[in-house]
Amino acid sequence: MAAEGKVDPMHQFTIEPMFGTDLWQVAGYNIAFTNSALWMAITTGVLFIFVLGGMKRQVIPGRWQMAVESMTGFVDNLLSANIGPAGKKYVPYVFSLFMFILFANFLGLLPLGLVGIHPFTFTSHFSATAVLAALSFSIVLIVGFWRHGFHFFSLFVPHGTPVWLMWLIPAIELVSFLVRPFSLALRLFVAMMAGHLLLEVLSGFVITGFNAGGIGPVVGVLSFLLMVGICALEILVAGIQAYVFALLTSLYINDAENLH
Amino acid sequence: MDADSAKMIGAGLAAIGAGIASLGVGNVFAKFLEGALRNPGAADGQQGRLFIGFAAAELLGLLSFVVAMILVFVA
Repeated sequence: MAAEGKVDPMHQFTIEPMFGTDLWQVAGYNIAFTNSALWMAITTGVLFIFVLGGMKRQVIPGRWQMAVESMTGFVDNLLSANIGPAGKKYVPYVFSLFMFILFANFLGLLPLGLVGIHPFTFTSHFSATAVLAALSFSIVLIVGFWRHGFHFFSLFVPHGTPVWLMWLIPAIELVSFLVRPFSLALRLFVAMMAGHLLLEVLSGFVITGFNAGGIGPVVGVLSFLLMVGICALEILVAGIQAYVFALLTSLYINDAENLH
Repeated sequence: MDADSAKMIGAGLAAIGAGIASLGVGNVFAKFLEGALRNPGAADGQQGRLFIGFAAAELLGLLSFVVAMILVFVA
């Protein structure tokens, strides 16, 4: 068992068609219902139930309503601090984005493997996070051009740029503007992927450590303790990454709303 | 040296980038804490900026991880 019981750390990221939908096709493209899509649906469902439970609008809120209201209040504060009064209309979008990513990260960390269900963290795939980032970026572009027209390009010329630097600063600003969606998507995807990879590699250490003789079990126990710590860190990272995504989205929307 | 071992050495070297980025992330939080202890009243208002700095420093470390992954699995 020791030799062939090796854990393949990348296996957890494989996308598989489920429920026999392997051969569904539209115009030559496979549209099978994958485990990624399944966990997106589960995340949406859990988020829907969570918010629905807080929609009772009681004057004296119960625990559930309090939880939902503290989340909306958190996003509301974030937007009014970063965008100002104009940020109010983006609360639904940023709230959905933040909660969707947060729930996806947390659901992917659930130890459901103990009962045979393997959670799939779809935020550990660039295709999923890139869509979210593209959504944020297109909102920035649409709002920017809608509100300011071609004056939006003044974003690339910060206030007080010396005239003799006019050839350089706009080019740098343009590049930094264009890499925003990539950095946004890449950060979430890599942070989630790296964390899950690390947990899997450590679990491999635990298994091979206990299977090996001699000093092996000592290494196994130490790896296990480290793994517990890393799990706690991953919960923190899951929250921080969702927060950072929402924070950066609100900063970018601020650029589009108010220029700078 | 054959290409496969060169890739693995490159992936290992990319890990140095992740380590150095950890210095950056630590520096962000250390400086924030230093400032927050001097003026606790102003600390809460600056948490957004703290996480912007954290995100910027962290991204560079994550990029080196991407380089390592590309070297191991794609290139």
